[in-house]
Amino acid sequence: MANHKIEPNNWIKLYSDYLFNYTITRVSSREIAQDLVSETFLAGLKSMSNFKGKASERTWLVSILKRKIIDHYRKINSKKGKAEVRMSYNSGDENDGDWLEEQIADSSDMTAQDSMENTELGNQIYECLSKLPNKQAQVFKMKTILGYETKAICNELNITASNLWVIIHRARTTLAECMEKNWLK
Amino acid sequence: MKKSFLFISCEEAKHICDKRQYDEASGWERIKLGLRLAWCRVTRSYSSKNNKLTQAMKKAEVNCLNQTEKQNLQNAFEQELAKYQH
Repeated sequence: MANHKIEPNNWIKLYSDYLFNYTITRVSSREIAQDLVSETFLAGLKSMSNFKGKASERTWLVSILKRKIIDHYRKINSKKGKAEVRMSYNSGDENDGDWLEEQIADSSDMTAQDSMENTELGNQIYECLSKLPNKQAQVFKMKTILGYETKAICNELNITASNLWVIIHRARTTLAECMEKNWLK
Repeated sequence: MKKSFLFISCEEAKHICDKRQYDEASGWERIKLGLRLAWCRVTRSYSSKNNKLTQAMKKAEVNCLNQTEKQNLQNAFEQELAKYQH
């Protein structure tokens, strides 16, 4: 039974951050992630007639995005893509002669399980964020995720600092409750 | 008057607790919060939930688009969307 309607006018507002977060953990740069999200929305527009309404819009868009990400890796792993890769074995400094593996910093001790758990945690945070009123979600993201200064947010959104802290307080209270119910326990 | 110099209300404690999550609480505010935390169960509960949320945010390393990036995405999308709405 078709329960979900398609409303492309709201896609950017409702799903762009979620899709971007989904993508940035799977590709190497913000630019590529933005391009893939943009391509996903455009592909969604083209194939709107295929939307049956059985899954939510977000699930449907994520399935398109997954294919876009796979296509992206296929492209860069193609012969042409490989030919475009340029690597320098010798860096010209004191590390000359080190194997490439040795030159790559071990970014973290994170195991595959940790990584999966963090991805799930991120998804849960976005689930809870989607329940916030738009303004609260916007201010919370700017302050907490993007790390903007209080003053910068106030200027951008034309609100006072005390207003901002009230919004942050409400957002944090709702999010903490939601996360406690679904994750933190 | 003197009492409020050191003793703060629950609401103020929560406000300082929020600011502390972003390292924006002053030293004096942190002392006042610490004092309140020592005896107020409500503040302690709020503070605990708030700290857990901050830890979860840091652990998950969630990301989102900034205003300019979102606007650019919106502009490109609207151009395309217009073609489908005519």
